Amino acid sequence: MSELLKLNNIETYIGQYHILQGVSVEVKKGEVTVLLGRNGAGKTTTLRTIMGLNPASKGSVVYKGEEIQALPTYTIAQKGIGYVPEDQGIFAGLTVEENMKVAIQKENEETNKRLDYILNLFPDLQKFWKKPGGLLSGGQKQMLSIARAYVNDNELLLIDEPSKGLAPIVVEKVMESILQMKDQTTIVLVEQNFMMASTIGDCFYIIDDGRTVSNGTMKQLKEDEEMKRKYLGIA
Amino acid sequence: MELLFNLTLNGLATGMLIFLLAAGLTLIFGLMDVLNFAHGGLFAWGAYSGIWIYTTTGSFLIGIFGAILTGFLLGIITEKWIIKPVYGNHVQQILITLGLMLVLSEMLKVIWGPNQLTANPPEYLKGSWEIGDIIIIKYRVFIIFVGLLVFAGVQFLLKNTKIGLVVRAGVMNKEMVQALGINIKKVFMFVFMIGSGMAALGGVLFGPYSGVIHAGMGMEFAILAFIVVVIGGMGNFTGSVMAAILVGLSGSFMAYYVPELSLAVNMLLMAIVLIVKPQGLFGGKG
Repeated sequence: MSELLKLNNIETYIGQYHILQGVSVEVKKGEVTVLLGRNGAGKTTTLRTIMGLNPASKGSVVYKGEEIQALPTYTIAQKGIGYVPEDQGIFAGLTVEENMKVAIQKENEETNKRLDYILNLFPDLQKFWKKPGGLLSGGQKQMLSIARAYVNDNELLLIDEPSKGLAPIVVEKVMESILQMKDQTTIVLVEQNFMMASTIGDCFYIIDDGRTVSNGTMKQLKEDEEMKRKYLGIA
Repeated sequence: MELLFNLTLNGLATGMLIFLLAAGLTLIFGLMDVLNFAHGGLFAWGAYSGIWIYTTTGSFLIGIFGAILTGFLLGIITEKWIIKPVYGNHVQQILITLGLMLVLSEMLKVIWGPNQLTANPPEYLKGSWEIGDIIIIKYRVFIIFVGLLVFAGVQFLLKNTKIGLVVRAGVMNKEMVQALGINIKKVFMFVFMIGSGMAALGGVLFGPYSGVIHAGMGMEFAILAFIVVVIGGMGNFTGSVMAAILVGLSGSFMAYYVPELSLAVNMLLMAIVLIVKPQGLFGGKG
């Protein structure tokens, strides 16, 4: 499979803090790449750096052969990268419909098809179409956030901890939907829930103290008890 | 009865003028997180440019459009050259916009002289209607009508257009708006321009309402506008019109019954709101 995104030894500061100190990741087209690591390791900052929200001070972010690390966030998004942030980023005062309208970049037949697809995948969104986003449950907000990222013809989705704070049954639903989307798009997933990560993921990168310390296929990680214990705290 | 009616009408007209100034201020603060102390200067520039065009051409309508255009242009220049370099830094914003406020006021004196200018309503808006004992001053009704029209227009824009949706979304979470592929800086410029145009409109309407305009009028009204922004909820457009009416009415009634306390009451109201409900009487952003 061809390479869609490549992070070359990126370093990122947030204020005076040197958060990423050398993260290198290769994302292959059609795969789900999972970023794993303890809290505060730099996983979320890695996604934010790809989006240009916390721009890299060193290294490069190459998307479809083009360096994008110096571009503004909106240009990066327009290039076909959808982003589902950790806090979901829902516009609380806007209805579900309005949240989707803000997200849609081009209104055409293709977008309508994708909207129909995503509403079939998340029927709750259709049910609460006229309801303010702020009144949705945690799971529904997560679905709305994923739907907004998916509705445009994005080749790459960056999804940050979709299971965070959700009930197990909702996590299952979100996991199923990501599995379905996996056939149509490439995904970089940050996830603490190892069960979810190992079910969805094709390959993994472990980030520790702002550096990538290991990578491989998800199958390899499942079998490597030492690695799981050392970096993920899984006994 | 007649007195109450006139005080109410006066309060509503003043409220609408404050609303025109405060609405832009609240949107600019809500979306751009910018404390624009120069906003009153745009109000004064709207008054001077509009009244000058009105007296030169003889057409009040052309004067109004001229003032709005002046507001748009000054808004674009201010955002591009003054505000943009200090995004994200409130201390620098306060200093630079206060400086700009002084420059704008002094420029008025340089161009139109230090003395106040007189401004009268056009013939068709002069005088009053009499209904029984009640006298309704035409120009005050006109101001209320224009204020409501602007409110309805901006509400329509915010609720029914894509740019309006983006502005509302941006007030709530501008980072996410950018991550959805929208150039928020263009939206900033648009909002600044509209806000400045509204302030300038307020200024030109104020001229014939008070009969005179002077270079310090911007600062006087800006204080009321800031009170309105706090009471209505910073970033809350609907809140700004409600709070402006409240401040206008309280100012009108207090000026008649207890004139010494007229501004103090509004300050007190703002202090109470800040203590009891710091997000504003009508909710937070949005």
